[in-house]
Amino acid sequence: MTSSPDTAKKPAAKRFDGERILLGLAAPVLAVLLSVVICAALLATSGKDPFHAFDVMFTYGTKSDAQVLTLNRATTYYLAGVAVAFGFRMNLFNIGAEGQYKLAALFAAFIGAQVDLPSFIQIPLLLIVAMLVGGIWAGIAGVLKVTRGVSEVISTIMLNAIATAVVGLLLVPGVFAPKSSGTSNSIQTDPISASSHFFALDTQGGSLWGFIVVAALVGVVFQLVLTRTRFGFDLRATGRSESAAHASGVNVKRMVLTSMVVSGALAGLIGLPDLLQNSYYYGQNFQPGLGFLGIAIALLGRNSPIGIAFSALLFAFLDVTAVQLPFAGYPQEIVTVMQGVIVICVVVAYELVRRFGLKRQQQKVGAELAAQAAAAAKKEVSA
Amino acid sequence: MALQRNDAPPDHQEIAITASDPALSKGGTPSAGTATPAVELRGITKRFPGVVANHDINLTVQRGTVHALMGENGAGKSTLMKILYGMQKPDEGTIAINGEQVEFNTPGDAIVRGIGMVHQHFMLADNLTVWENVVLGGEKLHGIGATAKAKIKEISDQYGLGVRPDALVEDLGVADRQRVEILKVLYRGAKILILDEPTAVLVPQEVEALFGNLRELKAEGVTVIFISHKLHEVLSVADAISVIRRGTTVGDADPADVTARQLAEMMVGAELPSPESRESTVTDVEMLKVEGLRIAKADAEGIERVVLDDISLRIRKGEILGIAGVEGNGQAELVEAIMGMLPLDAGSVVLDGADLSGSLTRVRREAGIGYIPEDRHKHGLLLEAPLWENRILGHVTEAPNSKGVLLDPAAARKDTQRIVEEFDVRTPGIDVTAASLSGGNQQKLIIGREMSHDPKLLIAAHPTRGVDVGAQAQIWEQIRGAQREGLAVLLISADLDELIGLSDTIRVIYRGRLVADADPATVTAEDLGTAMTGAAAGHIESPPEAVAEAHAIAIEGTEAEAAEAAEAETAEAETAGAETAEAEAETAEGDQPTDTADGNAQAGE
Repeated sequence: MTSSPDTAKKPAAKRFDGERILLGLAAPVLAVLLSVVICAALLATSGKDPFHAFDVMFTYGTKSDAQVLTLNRATTYYLAGVAVAFGFRMNLFNIGAEGQYKLAALFAAFIGAQVDLPSFIQIPLLLIVAMLVGGIWAGIAGVLKVTRGVSEVISTIMLNAIATAVVGLLLVPGVFAPKSSGTSNSIQTDPISASSHFFALDTQGGSLWGFIVVAALVGVVFQLVLTRTRFGFDLRATGRSESAAHASGVNVKRMVLTSMVVSGALAGLIGLPDLLQNSYYYGQNFQPGLGFLGIAIALLGRNSPIGIAFSALLFAFLDVTAVQLPFAGYPQEIVTVMQGVIVICVVVAYELVRRFGLKRQQQKVGAELAAQAAAAAKKEVSA
Repeated sequence: MALQRNDAPPDHQEIAITASDPALSKGGTPSAGTATPAVELRGITKRFPGVVANHDINLTVQRGTVHALMGENGAGKSTLMKILYGMQKPDEGTIAINGEQVEFNTPGDAIVRGIGMVHQHFMLADNLTVWENVVLGGEKLHGIGATAKAKIKEISDQYGLGVRPDALVEDLGVADRQRVEILKVLYRGAKILILDEPTAVLVPQEVEALFGNLRELKAEGVTVIFISHKLHEVLSVADAISVIRRGTTVGDADPADVTARQLAEMMVGAELPSPESRESTVTDVEMLKVEGLRIAKADAEGIERVVLDDISLRIRKGEILGIAGVEGNGQAELVEAIMGMLPLDAGSVVLDGADLSGSLTRVRREAGIGYIPEDRHKHGLLLEAPLWENRILGHVTEAPNSKGVLLDPAAARKDTQRIVEEFDVRTPGIDVTAASLSGGNQQKLIIGREMSHDPKLLIAAHPTRGVDVGAQAQIWEQIRGAQREGLAVLLISADLDELIGLSDTIRVIYRGRLVADADPATVTAEDLGTAMTGAAAGHIESPPEAVAEAHAIAIEGTEAEAAEAAEAETAEAETAGAETAEAEAETAEGDQPTDTADGNAQAGE
């Protein structure tokens, strides 16, 4: 019992860590590179010079107004990624962020237009309304899963469709939209009161949304809750092995419900940067698809707050700079193709890297222990 | 003696292992057969990351025989059969089928060579008929119509399987489904049949019927490889036996002249826990009281089945209560009921005076229940998490793992380091994933974790399953050490020698009921085995000479004084209940294990 392996303990631990980081980076980098190659090949086969296209994107991307646009868009994407990632960490696939944020933004817009309180009350109120609506909507899927065993994938997809219908029901003149439709043909809520406007920073490249601070805060809290709290441990344990978590005393049903609600509440924030900083109203043209984009971003970012930040920036960069492509004679859709390819590649790459890493570590531990045993035997013989 | 084992350095065990190596020479061709063997495996080695699952295995199976492959759980039987069935490729070694050297890349290759496998868990579509299930995937053989059906009928009649092609699989019982599985592989032209623990799911009568089928198959020239770890089953049906221990063949045996005891020894090696008399640590203080436990749940067929029926038991401080039983008779449910993982239909669980019947698992753990789960990968560990996070698992609310709602990773890591050192977990560090440790070291980590929170009750379900011999002795010692400190232990084990060696009291569970009890000092594994099949009830005692013989074997080559103790016990047992024991032996007449035990005892004297 005394032959504890004190020697070689420290360097081994370090080496494993360094390798883990390297392996962690390998997958997304490979995926992005591969998708660039595939898109280049696509452009080349359609008779266009791929390098010029990338050049156009990068040239525009280095301009300060493009950078501000990228950051603003990344703010929204980041929230979408984090909302989905929270569920993913527990193996809950919240496909319903789409419906959750739409409903949340609609209610926030409506209340923002009806109420006019001082900013320091008004803005938190709108944040809370959005999170509540998102959380409740996602909670429906949570309750269904816990009580009836309905897969959250199915129920959230269906709830997306229902959310669209509910928005359609509410966003009519006399309900959430003003009675007199005025000059515009599109139906939309009244503009939110001025006190609801979120602060923005004026930069060379235009106004940078202050909501980026909220997004960063969400990321920090997300990380702290996951790694430093009992709740976070329970959540990660459930995500890694539901049966082990159950045996260890985690109330799995309650965890499912809680995570679903939290994921929905975070999803409720997705629409707010645009609502409070840009459009100021909710209309039929409110940006769709963010919830689904969040799934891709969370996957690429490996459900970690920092990873999601990078992937949100990448997706925002691609979207912003893609606008320049048509001017140079390229189809803008190539960027969508690139995003899609990235996601497919990254899913495959992560799984490959995960298996490789696990196997490699097992072999290393085996080798290291064998070496230790051999050393111990030698000592025994010489003694 | 116990102290000695504790002090023995780990290398001591390694020496013991190498010492048993000469036994390898026993492996190989049992008799210089004139006919080409149906299956010949030579020097098969298969390594998995961190462990060697099979090491230099030699196996020869003669055509038209039932060849039993024996070994404990985790001994490497399944891996070997997966290699033979083409599901895994060996790292070294050769496979010869009917004298011809072959290489299998997929099960398809093996099927072409006439090898078929019936898995322990059936692979049938419930909502299809027998005929559809058999044809599924083999449409090219005889089509899907009348020809196929006729063929099924023909095979069924030829081998006496009694399968009705038009019956819906969901209407069939377990035994019938198994016959469908067998028919399925025969339909695909299998001449060599691998049955992976076929009796695990069957009741005794069904086992007999299955053996009848196997004899029929044998008569028709089919070769059967039969995986099992049940001694008397193997002795009653097999023509040849090969034993695997810790990944390597330790010997072949002829069922005609081998006893259950000898087989058991071959299976577990010389490392049987010695049921030496030790000072009793049992106190009068009641620690766990379970009263009238009842659980009914729906089984795979959707039929409500009572899995635990009116279970009442008590464990006192310093007492180890062993539960013996064939797997699937309610042990797992009993553990889960006490842990709060399964809702109770009736009954109560009281720990140290506190009623925990309605409490959540976490509350029960906090109240002082330590849990060594049966399936450590499923219930005991987060395989892809580092060791220190695994140390937190199950005790996240307790010091040193957390302060309030916040985790305390630094303290948890420090304590993990302590566990690694104190419990001799062989690992290069606490940041490696649990998956990279060997089974024994994973188990030691779990035990270290559970013992670190001053449990009042320890539930140990198969604590040494799939664990190497060195770790096994350490685990036994740790459980005994905990017992000396006043822990109440509920021990569930399929290894009867472990049960007898460790327990203070043994209860036998059969079909969800505690049907019998025994004093480990006065019972043999064979008689306990009989009770586990439901053939005996009440208080069981073995003939004293059989007990003495078992004890003598167990302590052979150890200490003389322990032998004296065993004799003293025997004398005691003789006065205690020789008559009842004889009566028991009468009732168990014709049962192989009892007979052999008796014969053994006589031979010994």
